[in-house]
Amino acid sequence: MELMEKLEVLADAAKYDAACTSSGLHRGNRGGIGTTTMAGCCHSFSADGRCVTLLKVLLTNRCVYDCQYCVNRRSNDVRRAAFTPRELCELTMGFYRRNYIEGLFLSSAVWGSPDDTTERMIETLRLLREEYNFWGYIHAKAIPGADPLLTRRLGLLADRLSVNIELPSEASLRLLAPDKEKCAILRPMAQIRDGIQVSRQEVARYRHAPRFAPAGQSTQMIIGATPESDRHILTLTQGLYDKYRLKRVFYSAYLPVSDSGLLPARQGFQPPLLREHRLYQADWLLRFYHYRAEELLDEAHPDLSPLVDPKCSWALNHMEFFPVEVNTAEYEALLRVPGVGVTSARRILTARRCGSLTFEGLKRLGVVLKRAQYFLTCSGRRMEGLRVREDGVLRHLVALERPMLAQEAPEQLTLFDNTG
Amino acid sequence: MADWTTVAYVYDGGFSGFLTCVYESYVHREAPACFAAPEDPRVTLWPERRVEAHEAHARRVYRSLGEKIAPGARALVARGFLTCLPERELWLWRFIQAGYRRGGAMLQDLADPLVSTLNKAVYQLNHEAHMYTGFVRFSEQSGVLVAEIAPKNRVLPVLRPHFCTRFSRETFVIYDRTYREALFYQPGRWAIVPLAEFRAAAPGETELDFRRLWRRFYDAIAIQDRVNPKLRMNNMPKRYWRLMTEFQTDPGEPPRALP
Repeated sequence: MELMEKLEVLADAAKYDAACTSSGLHRGNRGGIGTTTMAGCCHSFSADGRCVTLLKVLLTNRCVYDCQYCVNRRSNDVRRAAFTPRELCELTMGFYRRNYIEGLFLSSAVWGSPDDTTERMIETLRLLREEYNFWGYIHAKAIPGADPLLTRRLGLLADRLSVNIELPSEASLRLLAPDKEKCAILRPMAQIRDGIQVSRQEVARYRHAPRFAPAGQSTQMIIGATPESDRHILTLTQGLYDKYRLKRVFYSAYLPVSDSGLLPARQGFQPPLLREHRLYQADWLLRFYHYRAEELLDEAHPDLSPLVDPKCSWALNHMEFFPVEVNTAEYEALLRVPGVGVTSARRILTARRCGSLTFEGLKRLGVVLKRAQYFLTCSGRRMEGLRVREDGVLRHLVALERPMLAQEAPEQLTLFDNTG
Repeated sequence: MADWTTVAYVYDGGFSGFLTCVYESYVHREAPACFAAPEDPRVTLWPERRVEAHEAHARRVYRSLGEKIAPGARALVARGFLTCLPERELWLWRFIQAGYRRGGAMLQDLADPLVSTLNKAVYQLNHEAHMYTGFVRFSEQSGVLVAEIAPKNRVLPVLRPHFCTRFSRETFVIYDRTYREALFYQPGRWAIVPLAEFRAAAPGETELDFRRLWRRFYDAIAIQDRVNPKLRMNNMPKRYWRLMTEFQTDPGEPPRALP
């Protein structure tokens, strides 16, 4: 098969992986080619609006598993291909030199055994690092079920590792991915977490100690293929951040790639994109805004509101917390105000040392007053001409949100009422 | 400062030239009404003062920014000078004048109109430079990597360290169409020089192959069920597209089906 065709088949097979980040590690020049930056860098955006930063491909899409939700399952009739390590290295170098990409995202279907697959991945990365002297970003997928020693070698070559948790609950996993087990997925995650921790300590002591997955680990799960609630998903996410020290949890809205009776029917199925969007917003609140999952959702409200974002939703349900006084409030309190983000909260802390802030000044700092006006006072005063009534605030915030949701119908959230 | 006379400054358009203007304005007790380049056809009613760049005077002003205002003021002025903020010299002059008066607190007063205007302009410069670290597309021409950009701000000096470390063993050129200058790099040496005209040679066969591969990859990576042109344009405004490989068509190829 020609290289062009292989690239098409194997990029096509890898595109359902949501993770495409190149962040979390600063590395200057090491003598060969390539660097990485802390913030990461997007090199393009595809027609679906997602960022393209790494050359995201599978080493092969030949698979021994038969996971129902996956395009590469062995029962699916698609073209199969495999890169040789050298082909993939040449491709990566060619793209990297032209600044098309930030590095390589290497995943693979399981061909032979997990050990064989991991060995082939290691061989590719070793070639790339040692022979081609490539020091750009490498994200590698750890294959569940592979020998821990192989996973360790993979982590010494890659910058970030990830293990996909696939589905949000064990029951769903048993139903849709009969060849995979929850503990087989969590075991490498724990191993990677411990490996990273040990490596950090070693590097602190000896500067040239080998670095194991220095940009951390991430995971992803499919949303909307199975009936879990947002509350379940967020609690799981929080657990993953707390227990497994993940850098990121990615959500991937289920796309109908299969006619299996266990999955939502293909006809008329709308991928739950809005739900995915809301989950990402909530995920940001967990990671940067000091929220806890149990604050955002509870027994009575198991799903995120489609109408307003989770932060507004929390604020509207906790009006007793507001208004927040800009000139005296603590950082954590400022972060809870809709329309104030991490950057503007920091700016407020700096700017108010030079004198008390006014609404005019807040606007210059980048605070979104359209939202924030209902939740703030400046020196004890509300914004001029503002009347705050609870239902009015909700209506206004929903109206602000609407243009951004033009393409999506909120009905999709009730999809599982009859199947759950 | 009320008794200062108002004049129009004419200088060479360089950073040292601008700092020399600041020096001159304090020596002659003159407030600038505008800054112009010698070839600028605008006519002003203010008396004109021509300023030659003076390295020592410029250095003295630059040092004073750190000492009299704050270390961060140097970076703000240097970066501010690269932005495309209209009347940027005037904004910078006003900032320096207020900074000398108020000292270090000036930089922290983020709600101040002067500071926030400059910060915003510098933020946009840095943002554009960050976008370009991803969107620059090199073509290989007999071993040399060649790229063109068309930025709003003068991003080349900001981009330089990134590309010089990343491709430290390569030889490359980045040409800025807007400001007509080019960054030349070969291992261990770099230079940013004015260049009126720049024309890239026709691509070779390997280069064309890689372009085709990249376009194929770009098309394959998009998920059809999620197509969202508005999101793509938000993340990557169309003004960048013109110089990016994935949106270009090479001669002899079918035209790209794009919105």
